[in-house]
Amino acid sequence: MIDDGRPIFRQIAERIAAQILDGTLGEESQVPSTNEFAAIHRINPATAAKGVNELVDAGVLYKKRGIGMFVATGARDRLLAERRAQFAAEYVEPMLREAARLGIHPDELRHLVTEQEVTA
Amino acid sequence: MTTAVRVDRVSRRYHGLAAVDDVSFSLEAGRIHGLLGRNGAGKTTLMRLATGLERPSSGTVEVFGADPFENEDVLRRTCFVKESQTYPDLSVRRVLASARLLQPGWDEGLAQALVTDFDLPLKRRVRKLSRGMRSALGIVIGLASRAPLTLFDEPYLGLDAPSRTLFYDRLLADFADHPRTVVLSTHLIDEVADLLERVVVVDHGRVVIDAEAEDVRGTAYTVVGPVGPVAEFVGRREVVARQDVGAYASATVRGRVHDPERRLADELSLDLTPVSLQELVAHATTVRADDTRTTQGVDR
Repeated sequence: MIDDGRPIFRQIAERIAAQILDGTLGEESQVPSTNEFAAIHRINPATAAKGVNELVDAGVLYKKRGIGMFVATGARDRLLAERRAQFAAEYVEPMLREAARLGIHPDELRHLVTEQEVTA
Repeated sequence: MTTAVRVDRVSRRYHGLAAVDDVSFSLEAGRIHGLLGRNGAGKTTLMRLATGLERPSSGTVEVFGADPFENEDVLRRTCFVKESQTYPDLSVRRVLASARLLQPGWDEGLAQALVTDFDLPLKRRVRKLSRGMRSALGIVIGLASRAPLTLFDEPYLGLDAPSRTLFYDRLLADFADHPRTVVLSTHLIDEVADLLERVVVVDHGRVVIDAEAEDVRGTAYTVVGPVGPVAEFVGRREVVARQDVGAYASATVRGRVHDPERRLADELSLDLTPVSLQELVAHATTVRADDTRTTQGVDR
């Protein structure tokens, strides 16, 4: 669940972001409380709060006083834009490096991508 | 934030041997702290000092701003669940009733819920309880006391993994509703790592790490692969531990993994793995003892 390498609060923020992206958490819907996150992931509540606050600072979540945290309108588009910007560095570059290592020619790689597209 | 425990230049010597050696640290109120280290590092002595069971040979200990020694006001706000805690040979029910009298913050509803959770036989005498059940009794008292300062010293001898998980879950749930200062001393570091907000690691009576748990995480990583590429990767980076097995090497490197590290490891076909808090503590606490292998000395 939680991995050792990266700060837990960041992993919590990423998980909430992923749920907003895939539609599990719709815009203007309420997200679980800090204590609920802490209980679900068995982590310190202060750490969970830090993860939630990171998304508040980013404008993805907002606080309704006395009620809880909600997904901001436009949050999904913003996250999507961010993810697209990172896509090349996170997915395409490692794939190209590995392809070069295996001696897969760029034409062959292109062919593989097209083939996957058909089956996907 | 207010300080719950302040330890200032404290030493505790027994027959000239220092169990705690010129130690200073503070624990902020309302957080879950981990007091970690190997057996005999001085963890229990520090907790005994913080709960007024002992006095320092030199230096000062303050709990909620006062010396805890023979200080009823401080001690009523403290609950210390010791490793292998002994109880008078009464029934579980009567032991709980006595705890209720001694602990002003006692929550009877929580105590009853925990007794059910841990399946504790109320009528059985403490002497007839299994090792694990006696540990569970300590956990019930520690949680139901809701003491502003609650210390658990290896509270789960004889408890199986599901019962320990139950303890962590109940601790988190009750802490969320009733924040207080909790100190967990354990060598099952991997199990509690994510519950902690602050980490104090002691070794040979001294503090070797005193930091936010999140800052300690990810401060080292391990690269594994053929000797040559590992040496190339390591370059000028600081190596905490290294092990060679034939043509392969594993090096634990101090520092954080950023994109350059990830890319270099990928180019050299090396595996990068994070180092857990448990291993970090092992590295911090064995370097001085011997520099052969670093993970063997962990008391697990």
